[in-house]
Amino acid sequence: MHIMEGFLPVAHAVGWTVASAPFVVVGARRLKTVLAEHPEARLSLGAAGAFAFVLSALKLPSVTGSCSHPTGTGLGAITMGPAVMSVLGTIVLLFQALLLAHGGLTTLGANVFSMAIAGPWIAWGVWKLAGKMGAPAALAVFLGAFLGDLGTYVVTSVQLALAFPDATSGILGAFLKFGGIFAITQLPLAVAEGLLTVVVVNLLASRQAGTESKA
Amino acid sequence: MTRTSNTLLLLLAVLIVAAPMLLKLPGEYGGADGAAKDAIAETGYEPWFEPLWEPPSGEIESLFFALQAALGAGVLGFVLGYRRGQRHK
Repeated sequence: MHIMEGFLPVAHAVGWTVASAPFVVVGARRLKTVLAEHPEARLSLGAAGAFAFVLSALKLPSVTGSCSHPTGTGLGAITMGPAVMSVLGTIVLLFQALLLAHGGLTTLGANVFSMAIAGPWIAWGVWKLAGKMGAPAALAVFLGAFLGDLGTYVVTSVQLALAFPDATSGILGAFLKFGGIFAITQLPLAVAEGLLTVVVVNLLASRQAGTESKA
Repeated sequence: MTRTSNTLLLLLAVLIVAAPMLLKLPGEYGGADGAAKDAIAETGYEPWFEPLWEPPSGEIESLFFALQAALGAGVLGFVLGYRRGQRHK
């Protein structure tokens, strides 16, 4: 989902930066409030940021014979809220843009929008909705993380389609082209991220797990 | 959720990721991000900005990716261990 440095026309690069900035600013304020009111949340915050760091560094093979990486933003969206996750995701993307030449500064706004805003909000929304509809807690977490991961790549495909519409088939044709590069490759990886997120949420949440004996 | 179900979920995740290699599925196993970049380049688009700094080799690049994963894994391990220690006090 990383759009490489310079690979968005100036107007699009500026547009996505303007669209992303308020989310990150609100997230930073929210983060400050959370830490002031609940200093103990530092641990969950560390876990959420760390999880996104690990997962977005892993380029995994997929059934299509190409590799892609999970995003790891579902966990933080569920445990810390999507606004806070936007800040953490931005830090991850900045690290990769500056030290790995993966993504870029001109495309940071677009990449933040897909990985640090859309993904977390989708994950959080799906998780909430699934919970309200009576899904078991683990299933709700799985669906949230799974669809948050996939959603990030759908948004990237939309961003690229808007910037590079196909000469004959237009924006829709370009969306199918870019979606084709990402979607099927991402599907099994998003499932794996969903499963892993369930495990980490279990490990983080089961405060009394040591004394529990039931399944 | 028990330790058993966590173990099973982890195994399943590993199996999904390992499946393409276990089944020897054909392919170059290049990156999807790179493929998207190539698809854009095919339209004749010229990038207007270069990365400020690029890792000089594949080795250095893998160094930073490993560093990123190691930092994350270290912090995550600390938090999980801390929580476990709290439970067993």
